[in-house]
Amino acid sequence: MFTFLYNPDRFMAFSRWAAPLFGAIAAVLAAIGLWLDFAAPPDYQQGYTIHVMFIHVPASMLSLFVYACLAVASFLGLVFRQPLADAAARAAAPLGAGLTLLALVTGSLWGKPMWGTWWVWDARLTSELVLLLFYLGYMALRAAIDDEARAARACAILALVGVVNLPIVVFSVDWWNTLHQGSTLFAPGGSGLAPVYVPPFLIMIVAYLGAFGSLWLVRIRAEVWRRRANVLAIRAAR
Amino acid sequence: MLYLDAGKYTPYVWPAYAITVLVFVWLIGDSLMRARRWRRDVEKREQDAAE
Amino acid sequence: MNGLMVLMRRELALSWGRGGGPMLAVAFYAAMATLLPLATGPAPSQLAVVAPGSAWLALALASLLSLERLFERDYEDGALDLLALGPAPLELVAAAKCLAQWITTAAPLAIAAPIAAVALGASTSLMPLIALTALIGGIGFCFCGGIGAALSLGSRRGGLLIAVVVLPLFAPPVIFGAGAIEAYAGGLDWRTPLLFLTAYSLATAGLGPFAMAAACRNALS
Repeated sequence: MFTFLYNPDRFMAFSRWAAPLFGAIAAVLAAIGLWLDFAAPPDYQQGYTIHVMFIHVPASMLSLFVYACLAVASFLGLVFRQPLADAAARAAAPLGAGLTLLALVTGSLWGKPMWGTWWVWDARLTSELVLLLFYLGYMALRAAIDDEARAARACAILALVGVVNLPIVVFSVDWWNTLHQGSTLFAPGGSGLAPVYVPPFLIMIVAYLGAFGSLWLVRIRAEVWRRRANVLAIRAAR
Repeated sequence: MLYLDAGKYTPYVWPAYAITVLVFVWLIGDSLMRARRWRRDVEKREQDAAE
Repeated sequence: MNGLMVLMRRELALSWGRGGGPMLAVAFYAAMATLLPLATGPAPSQLAVVAPGSAWLALALASLLSLERLFERDYEDGALDLLALGPAPLELVAAAKCLAQWITTAAPLAIAAPIAAVALGASTSLMPLIALTALIGGIGFCFCGGIGAALSLGSRRGGLLIAVVVLPLFAPPVIFGAGAIEAYAGGLDWRTPLLFLTAYSLATAGLGPFAMAAACRNALS
């Protein structure tokens, strides 16, 4: 049933309809979510800035999810020697980096009216920054090794090391934050979310998820074609 | 019906949405262009090989 | 056990001898410690605040120095192939290399760091703790650095690539090491961060060699 996960032809057949479908669902959900978002009155505590939360929190949640996907794909590629998994890992990295960047920028824009400064070294934002470094390191390593198979395997090892390290980083940053701030004044959710905001919030998260799914499939397709092109080029050169 | 007046938060809220849109447009565009490019490449090479 | 001693002796000789060994790391560290007041201004109050943290940070960066050559030399002249096929498991070889690296760079730096921190304005009561954290954190830096060095084998722009790959791995020891020193200076609980630092260093020493060996085999394939 899951042949599309490792058989390139099956994958291409699956993603052909899945990618546009996920994209369409994501777009519709985003429209509904944003509509509901702006139809709700401004938050009593946070004022109009609550609206930034609808694009910041999904971005940061997705940035972690994408990393998990990348790690799983890396593991499958490393252990089962699946080139499709290698391609999936490679395809996920720029998406994750983009989402992490969005999380950082929107987080900063959310924070400025709340905390008064453009950047605050709070636990979550600092962890996001380290996550961005993870992604950049991954992409740099991939680009720096010429041999494709070798690059894929080295990056897989790096991703697995990173996935072990990430909780440690989150923990250490959290510890460091309490050491320096004393109390968690900057809890992003505040004291809980007003019920009127919950549906659009959840819808936006699913919308982001759908967008990632769609784009990931598109990028893996591009990878499959690229490898096919390379094979054809080598054959033609004989 | 839609609360679109951001008041004093205008310079924070709208740029956040703007950047989000920009990044998504870039990710979507880059992904689609990449897929299209390599697909065309493969089709061209298959054509050349068939000749 | 005998084979391990031979291996250690070889790695120590290589690590100590080539490229100036400990002197290079200490010199780099001294240079960074000198540049810091030039960057922040000589006001003692300002410097004293950042002194422990920056001394620790300079340690992390100095340990990046000789990483590129850790596996590279053996990779280039074929010795890594032989080591991979030899009786000792590649994991042990990797661990020996990192351990030798630690002995030749972290030990001298553990002496230099407290001196530099005091020169920058930290209180002398911090010196023993700085030396201790430097030694323990040094294990973490050397083994994490080894992972980066092994992964970057056979790639272009080795040195910079290693730094980019390794920096996220350095974050926890930097946080815990500097945190321990600052906690001690502030009269807070310093044992907890020190324990976390030790735990992290031991974890990287235990698990790192497996990643390094896998990366080396990948590069040799």
